[in-house]
Amino acid sequence: MKKYQCMTLIAAGLSLAISSASALEGDAQAGKEATVMCVACHQGDGGGMNIPKGESWPALSGLDADYMYKQLQDIKSGARESVTMQAFVSTLTDKQMRDVSVYYSQLPAVAGKGGEDVTEEELAHGEKLAMQGDWDRYIVPCKSCHGPNNQGAGQHFPGIAGQHAGYISDQLHAWKKGKRHNDPQHLMLAIAERLDDNDIRAVSAWLSRQPAQ
Amino acid sequence: MRNRTFLFAQAIAGAVALSASAVQADIQYPVNNPQPKEGQYVHVPPTMEDLEKTEFHPELKRVIRRGYDLFMNTQQLRGKNVFNSMNCSSCHMGEGRLPFAGPVWPAAVILPNYRPKNDHVNNLEERIAGCFSYSMNGQPPEYGSDDMIALAAYHQWLAKGVPIYSSGKNMYGRGYPKLAEPEQKMDYQRGKKVYEENCMICHSSDGSGLVQNGKEVFPAVWGDRSYNWGAGITRHFTLSSFVKHNMPLGQPNTLTDQQAWDVAYYINSHERPQEPRYTGNVKETREKYLDSFHVHTNYGLKVEGRLLGDHKNTGEKDFLKPDVLRPRTYTAD
Ligand code: HEC
Ligand code: HEC
Ligand code: HEC
Ligand code: HEC
Repeated sequence: MKKYQCMTLIAAGLSLAISSASALEGDAQAGKEATVMCVACHQGDGGGMNIPKGESWPALSGLDADYMYKQLQDIKSGARESVTMQAFVSTLTDKQMRDVSVYYSQLPAVAGKGGEDVTEEELAHGEKLAMQGDWDRYIVPCKSCHGPNNQGAGQHFPGIAGQHAGYISDQLHAWKKGKRHNDPQHLMLAIAERLDDNDIRAVSAWLSRQPAQ
Repeated sequence: MRNRTFLFAQAIAGAVALSASAVQADIQYPVNNPQPKEGQYVHVPPTMEDLEKTEFHPELKRVIRRGYDLFMNTQQLRGKNVFNSMNCSSCHMGEGRLPFAGPVWPAAVILPNYRPKNDHVNNLEERIAGCFSYSMNGQPPEYGSDDMIALAAYHQWLAKGVPIYSSGKNMYGRGYPKLAEPEQKMDYQRGKKVYEENCMICHSSDGSGLVQNGKEVFPAVWGDRSYNWGAGITRHFTLSSFVKHNMPLGQPNTLTDQQAWDVAYYINSHERPQEPRYTGNVKETREKYLDSFHVHTNYGLKVEGRLLGDHKNTGEKDFLKPDVLRPRTYTAD
């Protein structure tokens, strides 16, 4: 067998193997101070709250900082419609949006809620959608974009494992109803619109029970 | 629970298509694969759930499951048989079952057969070895090894019910069917724009994809961690069809044919690991395999001022050609 040198390649491979850390610059301490208006809903630990019959407050702890910063910008500009959030975001300066994003991204994740009241079959269905998808309906597995354990991939694909079931479900319905349309290239819309109510219930419950980190 | 033949049903004319499109009424990203042509053979491969319901011996089920696992997570063989960022399912989308996404079941009923690429009769294991050697830039598992048999068993399971030696020319959605010739000549700059607007978010600006916590998330489309210059998908007509029918992920058939040709040309204008059949001279290698293969690739051509494939870079592996890729004569020694 002929031997070929691959010196530079191994080195290149190694450097590529390092995952992309969040590039967003911000002051976590200043961010913490700016969250006085946020804790009522997102809680002191950033864990948010699952609210079964109302609008859930998403967990922000451990989410990617770039992703959060983009969401805050989108909510402020109206590209992502949220009556609840709009009022609070509009008071933040650009620097504060960066700071709070960096702050929340550094908090340890808190366990998701809302996935308690489901059957074994629903959980199995949810797991299948998240990990294998259902290609006959062209439902790409969530993990193909949201990362191997659905814990996020880069700055564009947020972690959804360990998020509250109520919030996951709210967002999927929001896409289906055309209320959320700020996703890059409508990558998420294409998937959300193929999910029916049973799928959404099952996948939200299963994801909420998975570790976020 | 739901109609698992949905995608196929959608494509089949008549009442089925009507009911499927009614459901799809306000859908913004329909799958939109081409309809089967008159007389085409349509096969809906069974799923892994169907496997559990069969009367197969439990040990056979276990081996087919193992084959499925290897097919979906071929990265478990990284550094042993796989030397790039791919899984079999990176190109054979949706578990190797989807039409227009290189469904793998045809190989199980068409082979052994003659293959121009290596000019002899190949069986299923040798076909799989081909994708390991080129698409995975790797070293195929030994013929007859546990991994090879398990992979072959998975292919055969997907072909369940298809008559052996059916005509490979008449199968709905086989391979990556060639798109109509582009109206305008393929163009690097236009392709770059398509790439930046539709692909870069996942495959990254330098084509290297994305690795997160040491795990492959988005495979590399060029560079050391991608397939090598001998891979079937380096042909413009194959890559453009793959892209048209499968990318951006989750949004098949959204690019125009022209965009698919242009972005394929753009991707194919970047470097990747050396062609395993390299003779030591790229021009000579191109000539040697010109008619059967490289007439459709940019290998050995000067593009954007660079002569492509003019190097000894084999990517992550430290050999050029796996030993198992060898000529066969089928004559007595
Ligand atoms: C009254 C409750 C409430 C308060 C106070 C509040 N939020 Fe929110 N927040 C929400 C809700 C509800 C959503 C989900 C919005 C939607 O459905 O689009 C949300 C979403 C977000 C998101 C997007 C999360 C994601 O995963 O996409 C971020 C980031 C965020 N809030 C940050 C903040 C910050 C920073 C503050 C303080 C300045 C704040 N919020 C104050 C309720 C609140
Ligand atoms: C083709 C890629 C892709 C696939 C597959 C995908 N997503 Fe997403 N998803 C995205 C992107 C991109 C975003 C971020 C949108 C944004 O930036 O506003 C997102 C966002 C989300 C959000 C909002 C998170 C938040 O914090 O607000 C939820 C919930 C979600 N996805 C659930 C799912 C589920 C469940 C699945 C599997 C059934 C899935 N996704 C599959 C691309 C994808
Ligand atoms: C980089 C993309 C890529 C990867 C990765 C890949 N293949 Fe392929 N495969 C192809 C292409 C291209 C063809 C040829 C399709 C055609 O005929 O147009 C092909 C053909 C095949 C066929 C023959 C299908 C037929 O219609 O006869 C089989 C079987 C196969 N591949 C198995 C595998 C297996 C097993 C793996 C993983 C070890 C794998 N492939 C990985 C691109 C890929
Ligand atoms: C949302 C992320 C995403 C986007 C956007 C995307 N891809 Fe992919 N691509 C993937 C994933 C994931 C795979 C592997 C398929 C699988 O595992 O199901 C893949 C596979 C591929 C492959 C075969 C494997 C390889 O690495 O060579 C090619 C070629 C490719 N994509 C090209 C493109 C092109 C061209 C575009 C833009 C038109 C595009 N992709 C857009 C995620 C994406």
